[in-house]
Amino acid sequence: MTDKSHDPNQMTGAAMIVRALIDHGVQHVFGYPGGAVLPIYDEIFQQSEVEHILVRHEQGAGHAAEGYARSTGKPGVVLVTSGPGATNMVTPLTDALMDSIPLVCITGQVPTHLIGNDAFQECDTVGITRPATKHNWLVRDVNDLARVLHEAFYVATTGRPGPVVVDVPKDVQFATGTYHPPRKSDVHVSYTPRVKGDATQIRKAVALLANAKRPVIYSGGGVINSGPEASQLLRQLVEATGFPITSTLMGLGAYPASGPNWLGMLGMHGTYEANMTMHDCDVMLCVGARFDDRITGRTDAFSPGSKKIHIDIDPSSINKNIRVDVPIIGDCGNVLGDLLQVFKAEAKKPDIKAWWQQIAQWRARNSLSYRKNNDVILPQYAIQRLFELTRGKDTYITTEVGQHQMWAAQFFGFEEPHRWMTSGGLGTMGYGLPAAVGVQVAHPDSLVIDIAGDASVQMTIQEMSTAVQFELPIKIFILNNQYMGMVRQWQQLLHGNRLSHSYSEALPDFVKLADAYGCVGLQAHKPADLDGAIKEMISIKRPVLFDCRVAALENCFPMIPSGKAHNEMLLPEEATDEATAKAFSGGKALV
Amino acid sequence: MNQPASAYFLEERHDPNETHTLSVLVQNEPGVLARVIGLFSGRGYNIDSLTVSETENQKHLSRITIVTTGTPMVIQQIKHQLDRMIPVYRVVDMTLTGSSIERELAMVKVRGGGDHRVEALRLADAFRARVIDATTESFVFEITGNSSKISQFIDLMRPLGLVEVSRTGVAAITRGPEGM
Repeated sequence: MTDKSHDPNQMTGAAMIVRALIDHGVQHVFGYPGGAVLPIYDEIFQQSEVEHILVRHEQGAGHAAEGYARSTGKPGVVLVTSGPGATNMVTPLTDALMDSIPLVCITGQVPTHLIGNDAFQECDTVGITRPATKHNWLVRDVNDLARVLHEAFYVATTGRPGPVVVDVPKDVQFATGTYHPPRKSDVHVSYTPRVKGDATQIRKAVALLANAKRPVIYSGGGVINSGPEASQLLRQLVEATGFPITSTLMGLGAYPASGPNWLGMLGMHGTYEANMTMHDCDVMLCVGARFDDRITGRTDAFSPGSKKIHIDIDPSSINKNIRVDVPIIGDCGNVLGDLLQVFKAEAKKPDIKAWWQQIAQWRARNSLSYRKNNDVILPQYAIQRLFELTRGKDTYITTEVGQHQMWAAQFFGFEEPHRWMTSGGLGTMGYGLPAAVGVQVAHPDSLVIDIAGDASVQMTIQEMSTAVQFELPIKIFILNNQYMGMVRQWQQLLHGNRLSHSYSEALPDFVKLADAYGCVGLQAHKPADLDGAIKEMISIKRPVLFDCRVAALENCFPMIPSGKAHNEMLLPEEATDEATAKAFSGGKALV
Repeated sequence: MNQPASAYFLEERHDPNETHTLSVLVQNEPGVLARVIGLFSGRGYNIDSLTVSETENQKHLSRITIVTTGTPMVIQQIKHQLDRMIPVYRVVDMTLTGSSIERELAMVKVRGGGDHRVEALRLADAFRARVIDATTESFVFEITGNSSKISQFIDLMRPLGLVEVSRTGVAAITRGPEGM
């Protein structure tokens, strides 16, 4: 037997984990210690290459890692203990799965011989997280650990990105085995995501685009996930074709909001022009979006007259909700590059002047209008002012979930990808604050603002303590209407205005709360105070809780009512009680 | 469109259902069957029959045969959803390949005497079922064939003293020289 004591690749499982993080270029880990991960925390203590950000709740670690990943394009890494540590991660894992965010989550597990014994802080982590992850592993042998960790990073970041879990029993962390750096054979041979699009399909797509009379480009989060080049290519394609472009919630920033061809976001709370363009188009190019139910409205009346091209890296996204005519499976950036090349070589910019004139008429309806008010701050106005006063700054925006999220999407213009972090698919209240923590860790000198609601923000407000500890100057801009606004809106529209449990009773005093956390509290009550307070918030180099008192009963419009199609939107000026009642006539509303 | 108060678009699709047999080649590793079954239950797909066994020991490959029912769009979804799982090598729709063979094995216990016993033996012979266990008052038959043949045999045994049935579920393979 050879003496392995001097082999640098001989190490404990715990040491392998830290070594693998370093080998994958990980600089920050979000986590919370506990019994089943103590050996790993001991290794973290003895090195300085990986910085650990201690959160206050594991869910916060998960969302922080999501914010980190989405704002950098790198995987977010989480380290939590067994049992409750793992179960608290289920929400962010599912969130990341729905929004295709690369996360690598390492969980501690009870020692191998105790698995299945209902040991202290034991849970079936791989069983519980199986439907919440792209893939997961339980490592029973320390000599498998290096391979699994490398595969985990590969799986999380390639193909359609997503969260993965590596569950490591405590005895495996203590055991000594052989580490190896990442290599190709670490990955399942059965995992081969397709990157390059089929050339014949791309030609078919170009032929459709070149002959379009009423085209639209509908882009989504896949373009952002594909990397900054994909957004550049998308912009070039818009330029080369002259087509109008809209985007999903997740895709904002891929095409600049100030761009001439921008229609605004589409879907349930999208602009009138975006939804009408989708409904009446003859050729639709869907890039990295998935025809989700908030986008399509009624599927049998969704864009009835169009030929649809769908670029997606995940074959299961194709024909899931909407039948498409030309599916192209591949990475958005890669396919857009090929498409653009073929288009430039073989097609001319089609003449769609008449279509743009039609769009101009829709735009003239000004579907995002709201009545001005000098006495109370309207939430739309607050976001517009926040946008204007941060223009030109190096700004990242996160949100919670609800009305404020939709208003942020409608009124905050994004010029670049990776600047907008929001929970789209899962719709996780409490996402924004910890996500802001993660973004600020990745971009310490940038302005990071969480546009929040008074209800959502309380779900993870404990992470203010994390922000204070790590001197992360995040700005929590709370649109405080003292309601779960979106719930209240639905109750008003669909349930006879019976506001069952949607009033935020016993709200904390956010200014005093800020004080208690050791950060700064600000408040604005009147529109006249708003600009000054926002400027003050921006100038403060510490975490801020901004309590922006807004109109309590404002509703988010325009809106596609349930069971309606894109061309049946309810516009703000039409949203009288009577029109609303009629639009929701199928429901119990307002009877 | 009359839909109740809901934040979702409630509509029913009325595409006709089809039954398909899928062969799924997977890495035989812990949890792989749970992944496949979890996919079906989690997404509300049907499993009419499921069989699984290791087929290539050295490569650690297992073959799962699933008979499922759904609209054409759902069937396509199932195949894509299976295919994108990390330990899944290939998914082949045996129903679409056209020339596949499906077999199922069943063991059927029948108890009785006199004419019923004679009749059971006679029918077993007609169905090419073998007697694999016998007592003075019972038989266990082994029968192989496609699912409908087995169901038919079981139906015939019912009045003759059927006690219990154990079925393997469907296994399928394509005709001709090519593998999947």
